[in-house]
Amino acid sequence: MLKFENLTIGYNRHPAVHHLNATISEGDFIALIGPNGAGKSTLLKTILGHVLPLEGKVLFNNISKTEISYLPQSSAVDRKFPISAEQFVATGLWHESGPFQRITKEQREKIHHALRRVGMHGFEKRPINALSGGQFQRVLFARKLIQNARLLLLDEPFAAVDEQTIEDLMKVLIELHNSGATIVAVVHNLELVRKYFPKTMILSRELIGFGLTAEVITTENLARASSIGFGDVKADICEVSHHA
Amino acid sequence: MLEILTGPFAEFLFMKRALLGTLMLSISTAPIGVFLMLRRMSLTGDAMSHAILPGAAIGFLFAGLSVTAMTIGGLIAGSLVVLLSGVAARQTDTAEDSSLAAFYLTSLAIGVMIISMSGSNVDLMNVLFGSTLALDNTALILLFIICAITLLTLAVFYRPLVMECIDADFLKSISRYGAAAHYGFLILVVLNLVSGFHAMGTLMSVGLMILPATVARFWVKQLEPLILLSVLLAFIACVSGLLFSYYVSVPTSPTIITSLGAAYFVSVLFGLNNGIVTQWLIRTRKHLSA
Repeated sequence: MLKFENLTIGYNRHPAVHHLNATISEGDFIALIGPNGAGKSTLLKTILGHVLPLEGKVLFNNISKTEISYLPQSSAVDRKFPISAEQFVATGLWHESGPFQRITKEQREKIHHALRRVGMHGFEKRPINALSGGQFQRVLFARKLIQNARLLLLDEPFAAVDEQTIEDLMKVLIELHNSGATIVAVVHNLELVRKYFPKTMILSRELIGFGLTAEVITTENLARASSIGFGDVKADICEVSHHA
Repeated sequence: MLEILTGPFAEFLFMKRALLGTLMLSISTAPIGVFLMLRRMSLTGDAMSHAILPGAAIGFLFAGLSVTAMTIGGLIAGSLVVLLSGVAARQTDTAEDSSLAAFYLTSLAIGVMIISMSGSNVDLMNVLFGSTLALDNTALILLFIICAITLLTLAVFYRPLVMECIDADFLKSISRYGAAAHYGFLILVVLNLVSGFHAMGTLMSVGLMILPATVARFWVKQLEPLILLSVLLAFIACVSGLLFSYYVSVPTSPTIITSLGAAYFVSVLFGLNNGIVTQWLIRTRKHLSA
């Protein structure tokens, strides 16, 4: 579905990930882990096309951009904006409604159904600034549900969220996976990764490991990831030009 | 009593014109202010309103107090600043608010210098505080055109604009409207500041944009009521400002802004959402019932 070829990515010519070669296949359910600043979010944004690769490329096979759905870190959303949960979820219908068309009755049904599935029944009219962190994360998932995407990219969906919410939302993700979606999620909690995610990719400025979770999450790999991740941050500003 | 409110408008054509002008201005500028506020760009609006001044001043230099010349000058200067501040924010590490302050103080100074070079103090007052009571046909037509453009554009870009405010990354992940909505919106800000400039002057025009939204936020929670209430507040302030300045003979635009300021003061204390006294009352009531 996706192939990274010698991909080097970063911001302002500071590479975050070097020379990544990997393939994501249809139906994969992948946890993306690594220390802070390892380039996990940047990788997702590169897939979306928001960040252009410094070197190498992302090849799309048999999937179009409209079939990818993205769940931003909830800190990237302006939660003070005066809009209801229902209206917020409706923004996920963009590919159907476009910028102009009004929301139809069936679409409204769909929105309510999605909110029910994430356990937010009865919160339709609630302004998003009156929701707790966990509740808002559920609303973000509801929006994801109505997008009908084939590839789901999630940036820290379980950060600052309570246990119950994690469990409920994990169930939703598993359902989506069972109905054919390919999922890549940035996750910090290793316990969660071991329990639910069949595959894991460890990034820390380079690909540390990628494959079956049990084989990839080893003490050795984790030690390597954290030593590189926290190591010489400044040293590799010009590394791209060395290789170029 | 009714006579006091309607008399001046019935009797004098200049009051009718001022009423029509400020009505159109309220309808187009207040919704823009709501979005500026929600995007935490109130100060940007302020800076842009000052940045228009040198352009309008150059127009003044060539053609005197001509609506057309000053509009063209203002539009060019405003659009230039939109582009430049975008570039400056991306290319330098200067904190955004300090570079905005640099921008608007300099523009204000240059504008005042240019006008003083070729005009009188009366001209200067005219540019800084507007000529609400002297709107001619050209100015009214301009206000109408800008009002129409604003409403149409808002209607078309409403959804992308809202989405860009809440969740820009998500909008970017599903469409290319983000950039169009962003720059389209900034152009609307410039247009409305230029039309506000004619009626309210460069120092006061941004007040009619930002203050109604700020006041409305204390009373309603949803976006659509917020927009409607802002328009209503802006227009009420204009009418009361016009009447007050008619009876007491003080300049109109400061009077309009002062009445909005009074509304803000009342709202800070007694507003339903987060008013200081309101919150205090809620706390004591809880305390008593507990």
